[in-house]
Amino acid sequence: MWDKIKDFSSDFFVTGDPMIYGADVAIVLVSVAILFVLTYFKKWGWLWREWLTTVDHKKIGIMYILASLLMLFRGGMDALLMRAQLAAPDLEFLKPEHYNEIFTTHGVIMILFMAMPLMFGLFNIAVPLQIGARDVAFPVLNSVSFWLFFAGAMLFNLSFVIGGSPNGGWLAYPPLTEKMFSPGVGQDFYIWGIQISGIGSLATGINFIITILKMRAPGMKLMKMPMFSWSVLASCLTIILAFPILTVTLALLFIDRFAGAHFFTLDGGGNPMMYINLIWMWGHPEVYIVILPAFGIFSEVVATFSKKRLFGYKSMVFALMSISIVSFFTWAHHFFTMGSGADVNVFFAISTMIIAIPTGVKVFNWILTMYKGKITFKQPMLWTMGFIPCFVVGGMTGVLLSIAPADFQFHNSYFLIAHFHQVLIGGVVFGYFAGLYYWWPKMFGFSLDEKLGRWVFWLWNIGFYVCFMPQYLVGLMGMTRRYSTYGWDTGWFGLNLTSTIGAFLMGAGFLVQVWQILYSIKNMQKLKDTTGDPWDGRTLEWTIQSPAPFYNFATDPVVSETDDFWEEKQRIAAGGKPRPKPALAPIHMPKNSGMPVVMAGFFFFAGFGFVFDWMWMAIPGLIGVAASMLVHSFRYDTDFYIPVDEVRRTELAAGREV
Amino acid sequence: MKMKGWYRRLAAGLPLAAMVFLLSGCGDVNMGILDPQGTVARQQLNLIIIASILCLVILVPVLVMTYVFAWKYRAKKEDAEYKPNWSHSGKIETVMWGVPIVVILIIAILTSIYTHKLEPSKPLESEADAITIEVTALDWKWLFTYPDQGIATVNYVQFPEDVPVHFKLTADAPMNSFWIPQLGGQVYTMSGMAMHLNLMADEPGEYPGKGANFSGEHFGKMGFIAKATSQEDFDKWVEDVKQSSPALTQQGYDELAEQGVLDTKVTYSSFPDGLFDRIVNKYATGTGSGHQHGSSAADSGEAADEGMDGMDMTSMDMSSAEGVTDAAQASDSNQQMHQHD
Repeated sequence: MWDKIKDFSSDFFVTGDPMIYGADVAIVLVSVAILFVLTYFKKWGWLWREWLTTVDHKKIGIMYILASLLMLFRGGMDALLMRAQLAAPDLEFLKPEHYNEIFTTHGVIMILFMAMPLMFGLFNIAVPLQIGARDVAFPVLNSVSFWLFFAGAMLFNLSFVIGGSPNGGWLAYPPLTEKMFSPGVGQDFYIWGIQISGIGSLATGINFIITILKMRAPGMKLMKMPMFSWSVLASCLTIILAFPILTVTLALLFIDRFAGAHFFTLDGGGNPMMYINLIWMWGHPEVYIVILPAFGIFSEVVATFSKKRLFGYKSMVFALMSISIVSFFTWAHHFFTMGSGADVNVFFAISTMIIAIPTGVKVFNWILTMYKGKITFKQPMLWTMGFIPCFVVGGMTGVLLSIAPADFQFHNSYFLIAHFHQVLIGGVVFGYFAGLYYWWPKMFGFSLDEKLGRWVFWLWNIGFYVCFMPQYLVGLMGMTRRYSTYGWDTGWFGLNLTSTIGAFLMGAGFLVQVWQILYSIKNMQKLKDTTGDPWDGRTLEWTIQSPAPFYNFATDPVVSETDDFWEEKQRIAAGGKPRPKPALAPIHMPKNSGMPVVMAGFFFFAGFGFVFDWMWMAIPGLIGVAASMLVHSFRYDTDFYIPVDEVRRTELAAGREV
Repeated sequence: MKMKGWYRRLAAGLPLAAMVFLLSGCGDVNMGILDPQGTVARQQLNLIIIASILCLVILVPVLVMTYVFAWKYRAKKEDAEYKPNWSHSGKIETVMWGVPIVVILIIAILTSIYTHKLEPSKPLESEADAITIEVTALDWKWLFTYPDQGIATVNYVQFPEDVPVHFKLTADAPMNSFWIPQLGGQVYTMSGMAMHLNLMADEPGEYPGKGANFSGEHFGKMGFIAKATSQEDFDKWVEDVKQSSPALTQQGYDELAEQGVLDTKVTYSSFPDGLFDRIVNKYATGTGSGHQHGSSAADSGEAADEGMDGMDMTSMDMSSAEGVTDAAQASDSNQQMHQHD
């Protein structure tokens, strides 16, 4: 009996690596500490009522952002481990197998469990406030989205200590990821982690499209909508067309692995090329899904901090929408080198280059918004200034990569690695950071310390260039991605060491950032935003107090212009009378629901069962999922009214006229 | 202000340090695609340079404008012009769309021309007859078979300079990518199909080659050396290999195909007839599940199936092997057709 248990646990738990034992201990200690604190301070009820069951878009946004920062830490640790291994030739810090796991989890976590949730967090925080809504269109579904993301992310991360991490690359190309070459459970963690969170992403896409189309304040025509909301619309349209492809692709891979089918296997008539086409039909739109909202954030930030209208509003909308459409016609540029033939390659090369046109136009728009403005360089604007040069260079190397005959030389090299990190860090991460600093006061009621913020900015920026500029060169010298070591004779040492130094500078940037947040929490009173409008903003979210009250707007806002709040302030400054406020009325709000978190728990349970082929666990899990939905659909007590008194009290407490 | 100066010095200093690092070893360092030694790589580098210059046409003004505007219109500067409502100009927007469109149009035309010119499956123009080398990606090593010379090598390939080399690529393992940066771009090696890559070395020399696509645990060990020599030296080398190396048997191949790393280069005086085509067909015809590319492939596919059935993989029966080869070639050309569909 004892031997059986020992056998089982040596397969079940990841063993043999001191770093992982260290992580095991840390995970157990942290979990115990959290349980202890919650019990000791009797916070279980609070956690359940205020967070786990909440349907408030702002709280869901905050949970998304917290989770994504945790994932940024995990993915960043992966990155630093890789850079440490590559710092010098012939190092044996990480074994190849371990290295392969780390670059796989780094990629998956950074795109799917860091960038996506950070983006959804910002959607949740800003969109309903910007368009003058009280919540998203489907608040409970919104909570389902978050908890499914969280369940998927946790399932994926569990592979670190249980069963073993996936090691087939972030897009898991078969036949390498088929049972024949990857018999372990790592690949199944990959499939189920992404599948479960992918359902959540799809639901968020639907939710925000409906929210934006149906819940805008009276008077806010689509063409008067803030640019961030436009970018969210473009991004969500792309999500609902792209994510089903991912779901189907991974389902087919799962059927191959689980039931021995031959969709993508080497033998039995399988065709791995099919997978590669499918995964990039999702994968390429996916990178536009994450970059489009960043464009929206920069548009808001540039206009606000230049104290000027956004230049070329219509151009901007057209550019956003055309990127979202054309992004579906470029996928094959990821495999020019797979023998599609010249005509196919020309088509996909040109479709890819075409995207550079609207993207370039956007950059001109931002620059011309600065032209004849009054620019202040607060943190959000600082990140925007870091973004523009970085993204323009990254875009240029993107155009070079899109030239099919040149791509035969760039493909799979560090030139490619440097390119996509430049657009993903310089574009997406810098963009979301700008958004985070911009909307932070609206989330929490205080801003983040400026002085520390400058340290964060410069560490990230300098670190970025030191890390990735050498990688362009080392790629041109022939260094291929995913190498776990290289020889002294290659001449790649100096460049790799420099790159490692840069990576650690960015790591230091992240640490200072964490310190900045803690420091700002400690000095909350000093950094308090008492006006609700810390940046002299232009859009509706700045008309209300900070942090935003749970009902958002005491009375339904009415809009007549683009940047309505700014125009209103100008009118009042010129001696005009403020718009008369309608009388308070009871506010209709959705009630909390425990269903989403319970359902996500069952999903996690089912996913874990499928990973280990334990039907006794998977089937009850799926039944639990179905039961949760069934119970929810018979729940009729879903909403309530906030009485006028309570609204008045809350508004007065925040020092607002009612 | 004092702090800022310090930041700037750091920002300027680190890339400089990186350059020093690099240049210190520049003399004997292989510069990869920046140091082309073959006609294909040279044209690719030219294209990269031309396209980079075209991109700079947009890049430089954008960077200049960004910094100039940020400086000129900073809030601290009181006397700068301020036009809060200026947000549209037909003229500027026309230029803003026009310039990128023109630049992309030029790059697109260039791309179209070069894509057809440098299509890797197209034979290279040369007075010399091309030499064919078959390449099989294994876990985790490269097998080269020379159908005309009848020899085989592992992790090492040699060919004459100024002679076009026609590489036929396949894999008997997860897909990889065959890349010799100094001679030209890479093409994937995929099981069940024969891909084509035509390269030519202008100078004698040893050029590092790579397995550029991740294919499992030790894929990083899939480097090889591509050596270009004079025709005489090449002929002499072939003779030497034929005289002094052991033969590669089918059994030897099966062992070679098992997962593992080979740190040395290996040469073989001969290899089983039709080995490459059999590797391609092993997956192309499948287990009779009807997986075929295009309708006309059915006949040759069946023929290949029969050939496979009639053959025991461990023993070499010449008559059935020939049958397989014919069918394989037919099937191979179907594969090609499929690729150009």
